Amino acid sequence: MTQTSTFDTWSAVTAKELIEPIASTPGPVLRCLQAMQDRFGYVPADAVALIAEACNASRADVHGVLTFYADLRTTPPPAVPVRLCASEACQAVGARQLRADWMRRCEQDPELAEATGTDEPIFCLGNCALGPAALVADSLIGLATADRIEAAVRARWEAGSR
Amino acid sequence: MTIWYVPRDAAAKSVGADQVVAVLEGRGETVVRTGSRGMLWLEPLVERADEPGGVRVGWSNVTADDVAKAELDPNADNYLGVVADIDYLARQDRWVFDKVGVIDPLDPEDYLANGGTAGLRAALAKSPEEVVTEVTESGLRGRGGAGFPAGIKWRTVAQTPPRPHAGDHANALAHKYVCVNADEGDSGTFADRMLIEGDPFCLLEGMAIAAYAVGADRGIVYLRSEYPDAIEVLQQAIVIARECGWLGGSVLESDLSFDVEVIVGAGSYVCGEETAMLESIEGRRGMVRVKPPLPAIEGVFGTPTVINNVMTIASVPSIIARGASEYAALGTEKSQGTQVFQLAGNIARGGIVETAFGVSARELVEDFGGGTRTGRPVRAVQIGGPLGAYLPVDRLDVPMGYETLAEAGGMIGHGGVVVFDDTVDMADQARFAMEFCAEESCGKCTPCRIGSVRGVEVIDRIRSGVDPEDNTVLLRDLCEVMTDGSLCAMGGLTPMPVLSALDNFPEDFTPSMRRTDDRSR
Repeated sequence: MTQTSTFDTWSAVTAKELIEPIASTPGPVLRCLQAMQDRFGYVPADAVALIAEACNASRADVHGVLTFYADLRTTPPPAVPVRLCASEACQAVGARQLRADWMRRCEQDPELAEATGTDEPIFCLGNCALGPAALVADSLIGLATADRIEAAVRARWEAGSR
Repeated sequence: MTIWYVPRDAAAKSVGADQVVAVLEGRGETVVRTGSRGMLWLEPLVERADEPGGVRVGWSNVTADDVAKAELDPNADNYLGVVADIDYLARQDRWVFDKVGVIDPLDPEDYLANGGTAGLRAALAKSPEEVVTEVTESGLRGRGGAGFPAGIKWRTVAQTPPRPHAGDHANALAHKYVCVNADEGDSGTFADRMLIEGDPFCLLEGMAIAAYAVGADRGIVYLRSEYPDAIEVLQQAIVIARECGWLGGSVLESDLSFDVEVIVGAGSYVCGEETAMLESIEGRRGMVRVKPPLPAIEGVFGTPTVINNVMTIASVPSIIARGASEYAALGTEKSQGTQVFQLAGNIARGGIVETAFGVSARELVEDFGGGTRTGRPVRAVQIGGPLGAYLPVDRLDVPMGYETLAEAGGMIGHGGVVVFDDTVDMADQARFAMEFCAEESCGKCTPCRIGSVRGVEVIDRIRSGVDPEDNTVLLRDLCEVMTDGSLCAMGGLTPMPVLSALDNFPEDFTPSMRRTDDRSR
């Protein structure tokens, strides 16, 4: 199973082009980091210095923002990231069991585990009446089961390799 | 001409609405994508009318297979009849959600035909002071949970002169902002998401009214990244609203100049706290600020800023259009108007219930919600999000309101009602509350940052039978320090779910009495 990445490979030229228009607006650092992640899938280490310079901020400031927010990652994302909701409304309908089921499935299928990543819990997807909720790439899954999640992952794979 | 209505709401799509639409469109049918009616257990809820604007009948839980195999049949088991007459909907009093699920959220004609812009037009015909007075007299209070009167906040901003951005030259352009908090991070809440996905123009209209009332020229919606559909819909709605003259240089050909931008969050619960949100909007770590200065005086980029929740702002167009006195007549003495309750968790009929304050938690959970989804007895209900109290089933007769819930040891928060059946382990839930605080604390206040970590450890010791009595005293002491020693609600209210679980369900904390084996998260 392979998936063509939807993200660009790192390019300092592209990064500068993305950073420049944001840097001249008020409060740009977080939005610069988000722009990096939207384009490259993560925030490469080299981006920190570029953002710091363009935004007239210290590298420490940029690093501080980068490490504060759960969304921002410093390594490339898995092919089809899976996030399981770990909040109360989903706990009430078996989120803990679903997590255990999914982890077991990933243990048995290393390829699946690698493609979907080490699951970081997510706190609330706003689907609290149809839980447990999961996010497969950017698709929201309601009434989630390990089977439904795996089916969504495989559909995503096929769409990506087409 | 037959028209089909299928929600584009993320919840409906999460159970297959897009697949149903693909089949219908493949057959050449006309499909209008609406928001969701808020009866989420029926999704995908597919509606049909014989002509545009005609009476809509519906079918519940429709699958792509259903529509592929045959025409939807009025004799089928999942036929609902006239959707607007369904008891769950008919018993509500919808002010904020009146158009959600009815209109195409991105069709300005549909918005106008269903009363859209009436509030803004009525506001522009009044003086800004009159609009502030109207909002004050409606009794509208902050729906994010704090319950501060919206009119009083607006008056403060209206009376504060605009100011250039902090750090700009003193002669630079002066601004005021209307900033909408759409960082709806509370588990069990989804009203902001559904309103934005189902009626985004309503939010923009409310923001324009607020801008007119306080003299603001700029608007920001801080929207959480976990809501990709809402982000997309709102961004499209802003472009359309500018084209319609509802935003921009001269709003509805008046002197009001006001524009809105979306700023997307980055996965931080504490950024729903208003001062942390300001930090995040300004591109920094979402660290809570000390108040004063109040954001109304020194808010985003140091300018006077109205910060309101989505539900607060989205209530305004109807209030101005229909009149403050009609709104104020609803609800209770101190909690006037309607609240958009969200029934969630282990509930048979989950979704949106917009009704006047004063309804009891029991009516919401049992009459509207139909009890648990699993069919087992209700054991606990958490009201008001992860920082709200766990109420036992025998205390659900409390009327919903800001003060009434506070007197009952809880809080109404953003109106989320999360139901648990009798398999819940309340010590698990208390532990999770501390764990969540440890994960999401911004780190500014020691009691929140460190206390939450120690809280997890102390609860673990109690549960394993290590000096349970002494450790329970320690846990209560720790909760007191967190409550009194934290700047914001994150550390200050985390003790609420912990202590309510401990007080109402002590048996779950005793190892010998443990109802279930340890279930690791």
